[in-house]
Amino acid sequence: MRRQGVLLTSFAEIYNWGRANSIWPLQFGLACCAIEMICVAAARFDIARFGAEIFRASPRQADLMIMNGTVTKKMLPQVVRLWNQMGEPKFCIVMGACASSGGPFREGYNVVKGIDRFIPVDVYVPGCPPRPEALLHGLMEIQKKMREEPLTGPDAPRYFRKDTTCEYPIPEFGEHDLVPPYNSELWKPPAPIVREGK
Amino acid sequence: METLEQIRDRIVAKFGADTVTLITNPGPSAQHSLLLVAHAARDIARFLHDDPALRLDYCSNATGVDWPDKEIVETVKTTQPDPAGGPDKVVETKTKRIQPGCLEAVYHLYSIALKSAEPVIIRMRTANRTDDVTLPSLTPVWRSCEFQEREIYDLYGIVFTGHPDLRRILMWDEFKDHPMRKDYVGPDDYEWEPTPHGEVLERAKAHYPTPPASTSPKSEE
Ligand code: SF4
Repeated sequence: MRRQGVLLTSFAEIYNWGRANSIWPLQFGLACCAIEMICVAAARFDIARFGAEIFRASPRQADLMIMNGTVTKKMLPQVVRLWNQMGEPKFCIVMGACASSGGPFREGYNVVKGIDRFIPVDVYVPGCPPRPEALLHGLMEIQKKMREEPLTGPDAPRYFRKDTTCEYPIPEFGEHDLVPPYNSELWKPPAPIVREGK
Repeated sequence: METLEQIRDRIVAKFGADTVTLITNPGPSAQHSLLLVAHAARDIARFLHDDPALRLDYCSNATGVDWPDKEIVETVKTTQPDPAGGPDKVVETKTKRIQPGCLEAVYHLYSIALKSAEPVIIRMRTANRTDDVTLPSLTPVWRSCEFQEREIYDLYGIVFTGHPDLRRILMWDEFKDHPMRKDYVGPDDYEWEPTPHGEVLERAKAHYPTPPASTSPKSEE
């Protein structure tokens, strides 16, 4: 049949194949990791090989957010707003120690201790900054996730389900901290474990 | 370039003896500085900027310093004759006094016109750390101070009078604290750390007073 030019496939497969190979990342940068992301987009590492070369400067046209750098508390509402403005289906790669956990600034007063408190994250890329190859690996993981995503059933993405929301609340600037300090539907404080310090 | 003593003497001759003090730095860098009295500081700054022998036309850096209240213990030794005829006794009396704290703004000045290599450092001090925290802004003299004075205002809470646009620059406008002050207490958003130590361990203990028995290596023994 294949030789006759007839291809049998499911709709989900062809849909996922299509979007996995034309990812449009959102063009924005937060800190030093952004330099590494720019480097991935340039000729030497060339993210275009994966179909993701068009960095869109508008959230309306993007479907991948690369959280590249330190998210300060002052910047956070804008970042969540950008994420809300992106159309579904959308994915988020967290790049580097800062965006995943606060990194070197974790104990500071002005840095969010991980962007996963406010928006859902699909892939974490560790490093400070991650090598360009690591970011490409993260992109390939996103592509894998896209290819394997079922469109129906309980594992369907959030925009096909009735029981989830695609809009994430934007915290307010408080007098001492962000209000609320994290989105309690996405993130819970970790279980109480204390080891004795040396 | 004149030495700092010469500059001080010229300021004293022009503005009066109580307007300037020379503060020496005992450290190896030996960067001495001039402490200006706040009410005359703008005029003195204008003088430093315009004087043909100095021409300090460039302020490279302005920053703040927080000096909290400091307890100073002074020990005075007095000898008292022993009434029993023995050797004299030495009695130490300790007196404590509180040196009141203040906030300080420090400016590093260079002359581009005269190609100076070393900065001339001037300082100003507020009256205290709580309510009287105003200093004259030097932005009208050196335009480059504008953002840095905003940063001092944001992080230390010094209010600069005469500043063209005194707003917070790094933190958001609704923020109430001044994070670079020594007594700043950050938001208590402690959470689990794999290897807590030092200050983090103290905070960890406050949040999780009793470690669960199953995870504590000591209780397994
Ligand atoms: S993880 Fe490292 S390189 Fe990346 S933004 Fe943070 S400090 Fe910069």
